[in-house]
Amino acid sequence: MWTIAWKELKSYFGSPMAYIIGAVFLALTGYFFVQSISGSFAEASIRGWLLPSTFVFVLWSPVITMRLFAEEQKLGTLELLLTAPLRDWEVVLGKFLASLGMLIGTLSLTVFYVMLLFWFGQPDGGPLLTGYLGLLLYGAATLAVGLLASSLTGNQIVASVVSFGALLLLTLTDQAAQATTGLSAQVLQELSLTSHFTDFARGILDTNNLMYYVTFTAFILFLTVRTLESRRWR
Amino acid sequence: MIEAQGLTKFFGDFLAINDVNFTVHRGEIVGFLGPNGSGKTTTMRILTGYLSPTSGAAKIAGFDVQTQSLDARKHIGYLPETVPLYTEMTVEDYLAYMGRIRSMDSRRLKRRMDEVIDIVRIGDYRNTHIGKLSKGYRQRVGLAQAVLHEPEVLILDEPTIGIDPIQVVETRHLIRSLGQDHTVILSTHILPEVSAVCQRVLIIHEGEVVAEDTPTNLAERLQGTERIELEVLGPAKEVVSALRAVPGVADVRRQGDGATANHVYLVECRRGADLREQLAKTIVQHGWGLLKLGSVSMSLEEVFLQLTARGEGDK
Repeated sequence: MWTIAWKELKSYFGSPMAYIIGAVFLALTGYFFVQSISGSFAEASIRGWLLPSTFVFVLWSPVITMRLFAEEQKLGTLELLLTAPLRDWEVVLGKFLASLGMLIGTLSLTVFYVMLLFWFGQPDGGPLLTGYLGLLLYGAATLAVGLLASSLTGNQIVASVVSFGALLLLTLTDQAAQATTGLSAQVLQELSLTSHFTDFARGILDTNNLMYYVTFTAFILFLTVRTLESRRWR
Repeated sequence: MIEAQGLTKFFGDFLAINDVNFTVHRGEIVGFLGPNGSGKTTTMRILTGYLSPTSGAAKIAGFDVQTQSLDARKHIGYLPETVPLYTEMTVEDYLAYMGRIRSMDSRRLKRRMDEVIDIVRIGDYRNTHIGKLSKGYRQRVGLAQAVLHEPEVLILDEPTIGIDPIQVVETRHLIRSLGQDHTVILSTHILPEVSAVCQRVLIIHEGEVVAEDTPTNLAERLQGTERIELEVLGPAKEVVSALRAVPGVADVRRQGDGATANHVYLVECRRGADLREQLAKTIVQHGWGLLKLGSVSMSLEEVFLQLTARGEGDK
């Protein structure tokens, strides 16, 4: 499992992809950050850029995860991986951990913004931590979706488009929830990736939200393992 | 070492293999022979645990490939038809990775890497990116990967496909030498390969094992007729009629364009009869020059055609 994670991480940094996508991530979040603190009543917090940043994941995660399984299928190396003495979940978890490593790496670059906040103001530490925890959980959930999409196809473009579409839908259910009322609104609200995030941005650590992201990620990863397994029966 | 019992696999409605049974003993090199799409790859994929059979069971080194999959997989070295390589890795990195996912410890991995690089002779390309290697070298890296963890069973799917003739010969030598301490199954649709490498051959056609024997036995068993090739210096027409008159001769065909005085004749004899002596006598009695005489055995190609044609006739 760690071997796979390590290999995937290395191949991320071995290609220009990691750097390009890291730069794009920083450019977008940097823009949101500047916008959030340059208003007339700006506050020393990261809350302003947190929510727009989650939107960046909708673009970022499909690109990061698209090659993880799709490329293996194309190269035929999946056959090797699935006939090696490894359990299917070890393969899936290894790949997921690698993408999580990328996520942490990229997020750690944004610590620069926090340093700026401390330099010029007195931000509240609590919401900073929950904010980052929220970003991490949100990011992990989107990565899991990307991984699932990648396991379904041998084409990286298809994988990224599918996961992009799925993530966009999961994000937009929030909007849909506001347009409806009653039970459907509640269901949509609970399904939405975004609605569970807002509390983290406010500095509230709610186990309900925590559990949502953890179970969501675990469930999607479980589906990915099943997808790999189903290959044997095709 | 390898046991397959009643392996059957459907892809949807398509019956890929039907009730395949065979046993491979320790140290044997067994060839799967069959045209493309006959079910060789499917059978191999079931043995390696990549596919599950619709019914039937297989055991590798005593472990069931389904219920004790991980244990079975530990004993297998597998080279799929499309050589599975990460093109952006160097040969060394790739082998190290393959070793680690098979949980080899670093000291053993290091030793084995040096050994296999030596065995398949890719020492000059240790630090080359696999994407830059030629097809033949990629095949070798694939083979290196398969034997890296010293598996007891080697499963090689079309190991000589797409590489040049000299490398084919080298690869066959390599496989034969690997056969000394591994149990090997290899698939091919090239007939001479089986006779060159394998001790036993399973002929698969349309998902069924239609024959199983040693390459030589198989050729003998199926030989309907004995063939003798003669090169004679003499008038063609008379030679043909004289040869036809020899008792036991089924047919005589003249080969070549007839531009020179000496011609090559192919004499088909009835089963079990060795007519070489009589034929030689006949030629000499007529006062012609006998330049060459030898028996021609049936090629595996013909054996194969005969077997598959018979299989179809049964249905």
